[in-house]
Amino acid sequence: MTELLKVEDLRITFPTRQGPREAVRGVSFTLGRERLGVVGESGSGKSQTGRALMGLTPPPGVATARTLSFDGQDLRGAGKRQWRALRGRRIAMVMQDPKYSLNPVMTVGRQISEALGRVGGLSSREKRAKALAMLEAVMIRDPERVYDSYPHELSGGMGQRAMIAMMLAPDPDLLIADEPTSALDVTVRIEVLRIMDRLVSERGMGLIFISHDLKLVSQFCDRVLVMYAGRVVEELAAADLASAQHPYTRGLMRCTPDLDHDLRPLPTLRRDAEWAK
Amino acid sequence: MQARQEAPASAEAPERPESEAESVRTRVLRFLRGVGGLAFSLAVTLLGLLVVTFLIGRVVPVDPVLSIIGDRAPASTYDRVYRELGLDRPMVEQFWIYLKKVLSGDFGESFLTKRPILDDLRRVFPATFELATLGLILGVAIGAPMGVAAAAWKGSWVDQIIRVLCLVGYSAPIFWLGLMGLLIFYANLGWVSGPGRIGIAHEFSFQPRTGILLLDSALQGRWDVFRNVFSHIILPACILGYFSMAYICRMTRSFMLHELSQEYVTAARVKGISETRIIWRHALRNAAVPMITVVGLSYINLLEGSVLTETIFAWPGLGQYLTNSLQNADMNAVLGSTLVIGVVFVLINLVSDLLYRLLDPRVRRGS
Repeated sequence: MTELLKVEDLRITFPTRQGPREAVRGVSFTLGRERLGVVGESGSGKSQTGRALMGLTPPPGVATARTLSFDGQDLRGAGKRQWRALRGRRIAMVMQDPKYSLNPVMTVGRQISEALGRVGGLSSREKRAKALAMLEAVMIRDPERVYDSYPHELSGGMGQRAMIAMMLAPDPDLLIADEPTSALDVTVRIEVLRIMDRLVSERGMGLIFISHDLKLVSQFCDRVLVMYAGRVVEELAAADLASAQHPYTRGLMRCTPDLDHDLRPLPTLRRDAEWAK
Repeated sequence: MQARQEAPASAEAPERPESEAESVRTRVLRFLRGVGGLAFSLAVTLLGLLVVTFLIGRVVPVDPVLSIIGDRAPASTYDRVYRELGLDRPMVEQFWIYLKKVLSGDFGESFLTKRPILDDLRRVFPATFELATLGLILGVAIGAPMGVAAAAWKGSWVDQIIRVLCLVGYSAPIFWLGLMGLLIFYANLGWVSGPGRIGIAHEFSFQPRTGILLLDSALQGRWDVFRNVFSHIILPACILGYFSMAYICRMTRSFMLHELSQEYVTAARVKGISETRIIWRHALRNAAVPMITVVGLSYINLLEGSVLTETIFAWPGLGQYLTNSLQNADMNAVLGSTLVIGVVFVLINLVSDLLYRLLDPRVRRGS
């Protein structure tokens, strides 16, 4: 397995009135061209980890790491130019809600073409053709219409597919999907995930799938990182989820009700201050 | 649309022309309906405005008869004028007469200048219009980029300097700024001309047509007059411009900060687009939508005539005219000016609405 991304001891600190506060405290993992799930509750630092991998830690936050390398490139202290060279072309990200992550006053087609503009050497006609092909690849039936549509004219599922098309158009090596289906209807969720999954495996890309849904992640990923309070508490193959060791992971799994067995009262997650240490 | 025609014909080509034609027809229909609706609401608003000015004229404690004949005329004269003015007829009929008069451009005569109000307005409004427009252009041209810069470098020294400049702009009294401007740039440095719109040397050799002197002189090729007029207008325009710049800059900054914190900006960064393009093409394009309202309101503010600025610079504009008329209970002049301001207000709001449709696709389709 070729190593695409290596992260060691990633820390993200935000200054607060009570002094600096670490949102992510020493996360380490490596990623090849595989699908890695990152699971955790709100505030566990999973989204911040994803953004730090693109150099998009929102100021005044600061991300530091012992190692942060992408395809052999050291990204610690990377300048704006180095990040820009990576963003879009090599690493892309699908965000949570297409309602907010697509520019409301720009047509979908122009936004995809803009992403393709980073590839270089494409005429506007080629960009258009490629954008339409991408829209077709995400199973949009009428790409021409969607190309000329504004984001508010699309449904949530369509919007997210357009977002995936936009982010995958320049053929990146790594896709970070940050809760890509949380804002969607349950009915279209699986459909959108299947499309993303197919494209990622066809192109042999690496995928980091950030979600709070353990079951969903285990279905679509090879490996799972479980995060709690800014730390990775457990890392395991998705297939071995049943034999998870950490009480937090086990607690999360028990919280899902089972159709076959009547469980009363439903178990709640008991948190232990020890885990955060 | 052009690109669509270039695209290769797809499998569903036979159906396409029909649906295309229909969509063009519905689009035209929708457009016409929009224009019709707009014209209707415009007419209703203006009619409402006329009702209001008419009622103001009837409610204020100024006797229109006395203001014409003076308070020493005999009672018979009073009654005759009272009837001539139609004040003995029912209100509705009076309004109808007023409406017909206004529509034919008859606002009555000013008792102060002894001239038809329309002639007076034709003289004072272009003066204010010229000054306000130049002031607004300066305000937007300087204020908007400064607001963008302040938002882009939020918290840096650039932001601090811009914020102080803006704070001074709308907290310093405008008459003080005007006087200081005159003292420095006219009296001491001699860079600009003093009060008034045009130098005496040119005043009688030049026949203005629209009353907008910069435009008139340029159209007639009288560049000597143009230079003179420009040196008169530039200082008050800068003072007014500074005032509106401060407001526009501050609003631009806060709209831009709002847009820059949106997810689509992060998405654009994820795509690896340059920060310059993100700021100007993505964020500003979105911030421009609420900016329309802010710029429109500033413009209305300036067009109502800035009494203080006009007084200091001896600018024969609407603000001065209206204040003068009010102080002398010249009701016809007051009502005429009020109507002009009202019409300006309605028209600028109309233009804002149209610009909204142009800039925001969500408004366009929703209506």
